[in-house]
Amino acid sequence: MARNLQLNEKGELQHLLTIEGLPREIIVRILDTAASFVGVTEREVKKVPLLRGKSVFNLFFEASTRTRTTFEIAAKRLSADVINLNISTSSQSKGETLLDTIDNLAAMHADMFVVRHAASGAAHLIARHVAPHHHVINAGDGRHAHPTQGLLDAYTIRHYKQDFTRLSVAVVGDILHSRVARSLIHALTTLGTPDVRAIGPQTLLPTGVESLGVRVFHDMREGLRDVDVIVMLRLQNERMKGPLLPSAQEFFKCYGLTAEKLAVAKPDAIVMHPGPMNRGVEIDSMVADGRQAVILPQVTFGIAVRMAVMSLLGGGAA
Amino acid sequence: MSVALPDAERVYAELVRQLEPLVTPETGMVGIQTGGAWVAERLHRDLGLVVPLGTLNISFYRDDYASSGLHANVRPSQIPFDVNGRRLLLVDDVLFTGRTVRGAMNELFDYGRPESIGLVVLVDRGGRQLPICAQIVGATLAVPAGAKLDLRRDGAGRLSLHLEPGG
Amino acid sequence: MKIHVRGGRLVDPQHRIDGVRDLFVAEGRVAGAGVAPAGFRADHVIDATGLVVAPGLVDLAARLREPGLEYKATLDSELYAAVAGGVTSLACPPDTDPPLDEPGLVEMLKRRALSRNLAHVHPVGALTAKLEGARLAEMATLRDAGCVAFSQADAPIADTAVLWRALQYAATLGLPVWLRPQDPMLARDGVAHDGEVATRLGLPGIPAFAETIAVGTILELVRATGTRVHLCRLSTAAAAAMVRAAKADGLPVTCDVGAHHVHLSEVDLAAYDSHCNLVPPLRSLRDRDALRAGLADGTIDAICSDHTPVDEDAKQMPFGESAPGATGLELLLPLTLKWAAEHKLALADALARVTCEPARILGIEAGHLGAGAPADVCIFDPGAYVKVTPAMLKSQGKNTPFLGYELPGRVRCTLVAGTVRYEAGA
Repeated sequence: MARNLQLNEKGELQHLLTIEGLPREIIVRILDTAASFVGVTEREVKKVPLLRGKSVFNLFFEASTRTRTTFEIAAKRLSADVINLNISTSSQSKGETLLDTIDNLAAMHADMFVVRHAASGAAHLIARHVAPHHHVINAGDGRHAHPTQGLLDAYTIRHYKQDFTRLSVAVVGDILHSRVARSLIHALTTLGTPDVRAIGPQTLLPTGVESLGVRVFHDMREGLRDVDVIVMLRLQNERMKGPLLPSAQEFFKCYGLTAEKLAVAKPDAIVMHPGPMNRGVEIDSMVADGRQAVILPQVTFGIAVRMAVMSLLGGGAA
Repeated sequence: MSVALPDAERVYAELVRQLEPLVTPETGMVGIQTGGAWVAERLHRDLGLVVPLGTLNISFYRDDYASSGLHANVRPSQIPFDVNGRRLLLVDDVLFTGRTVRGAMNELFDYGRPESIGLVVLVDRGGRQLPICAQIVGATLAVPAGAKLDLRRDGAGRLSLHLEPGG
Repeated sequence: MKIHVRGGRLVDPQHRIDGVRDLFVAEGRVAGAGVAPAGFRADHVIDATGLVVAPGLVDLAARLREPGLEYKATLDSELYAAVAGGVTSLACPPDTDPPLDEPGLVEMLKRRALSRNLAHVHPVGALTAKLEGARLAEMATLRDAGCVAFSQADAPIADTAVLWRALQYAATLGLPVWLRPQDPMLARDGVAHDGEVATRLGLPGIPAFAETIAVGTILELVRATGTRVHLCRLSTAAAAAMVRAAKADGLPVTCDVGAHHVHLSEVDLAAYDSHCNLVPPLRSLRDRDALRAGLADGTIDAICSDHTPVDEDAKQMPFGESAPGATGLELLLPLTLKWAAEHKLALADALARVTCEPARILGIEAGHLGAGAPADVCIFDPGAYVKVTPAMLKSQGKNTPFLGYELPGRVRCTLVAGTVRYEAGA
């Protein structure tokens, strides 16, 4: 497709499917707007009327209470009506196709679809299919993208470190299966981060990962040297033992973030994790609860970032 | 078409003169971004108010969101004091349709319940579309409906009014 | 019925003919070219002025979806699509439902195809029962029922010992075996070439060495058994190089490439275009270029359509969940001509890859226009460009990555066994 599916003719955001290819100005606009929403969530009434009368459908073809909840809170703080659907168990098993499901919901006057799906590209498929007055937000598709997570990570980094153009950022762990890692890497490179590092064993790094604009390190101490930001990725249970890794213990030994490994990073380095954490697998509790961890602020910022994305999508004549 | 524009600095001085007898140490002042915030900043200093100045960005309360989308350059609202039970002065540069003021009042109430809100505007250009009027007005001007009346601030902080004929 | 094809540019790769020459057809066979045979009186004259008169195309892989998968396509629709694409002979892989592992199924398919009076159908029998890769199929019986070769289609033989025995058994009977080389374990779960594009799109990858490891295994087994093996749908540069070396070594191997892989690469997956979900996956640009070079130098013997009609619902899915394959019978000629033009190849050399070479692999009397050959003829306008749209495709499968493309070569008339079976509308 020549046209970027995410932007309308005027170059404004139409859907949020991936950070790859998103113009820098749009990313900055989302982060700036999110900053305004952070203030809103600290007020007595934590709501603004922007999306009053609009319907946001949370379509989770893959279960995730946590992500769904943050989208739900964000939509409600914008005064939208929120409808949650866990579809993994309902119509899909009755043989209804994904696009049939979407057509049905569109007929119920949905304005926005927040979609989580196990297959890479599912959000693209839906975005290509819906009428122009529907907006699609990708809440995670397979291994491909989780753009709001990438944006909230970028927001958090900007909050603590301001200028992306002087930073070294390390992403550690299971990058092969991680949509979070892909989205963050695209956000960082678009925002001008000069040094993005991918740290992990070969079995957890996708082929040609360097083409995303990262430097690969297999040795964690070497990879963390003098970095400003460390992003630890979640290791799924089913991948801890098998052909990719011998055990969770050995993974922790080589790639778990401990105080001792953290010490090779800059003294003011921040530690991030998209959650939910596996303590003692990716990250030591001392570090997770330590002064350099910004894991809980990430969650708070995540709501503001999702409000920003929804408010930028939901307005304007379509 | 020609409208004689007054000197904004003189109009401002007129505002100060009217406000001086009305404010108390407890008065809270809130400026609407961006022009209203400039005026409020000056008033806050010149009137010697002690409660810190608040600013409002009403982008999230605009009634044209559904047709025009979210406005760019959203700088966050900041109300660094408790609005509950307080007498507030809401400051804007130009009062026109009244829709901005409506949005601002809606937003203020999401911070709490003030005892009263007084509206202070540098210029009232007429053309109201809502039942809103200002208590303190620096100057009243008849500006054709399509024209755009703007307040600007130069590097030295001096205010000036500008009129662009509408299309 | 005697037909006189007049004034066309006769291109017959096998006999190295390329020039304006009339063609004379009688009793279903070529009666002569250039000068009319003595006493020839045409019942019908076809004016081929400005057109190319070539042997009907021979396609080594076209799925007709019968028996069992008629909702995707039927013999009627697909055999008509074949002649509309100038394809007069085609081999169909055994991955029908049930698979072609019983003589009754093969005979019925042949009989039903024959009754349509369209393209000739040459079934490829299952190499193992139910294509399960465990028990040998009754190859001698299937041969007698009409199977020209034996294959697993895209079903794996996980156990190399079974593959070895199957090749030994086929060699005993002198039967050719067609194999698409792919290590099933390395390809498991994969839906795209394991490279930069799959990494970006988050699609599980199939590494290039899934193909070369399988080619290596097969070539060693060929060396051991002497079986005639045809490698289907090569997709990598490295595999083409291995076949080149094996041929130089004198091994009895041939190979083909799918028409899509001559033109497309992983880059075309772009925003998850499920029409580019193909088997094997579209690989890197470097691989594609090596396949084109391999075709030009003869390492790769043939281009096939790998025709796989898929219903729209099965394509309107996330990339990895969509059904792989593309419709191809009507695009085989245009894609071959496009390659020839881009590679600055003589028309006859390009057409050899879809006429006499695949006929030689199939072991059938087809793919040339020598005197006495079956009069399977494709008459096309090489200068006319056709825009690919769902409406212009006769196949029930409208699934092609080339939708919207303008491709060269419009088939004007197709003769099968001396009878006009397709004529383009005005």
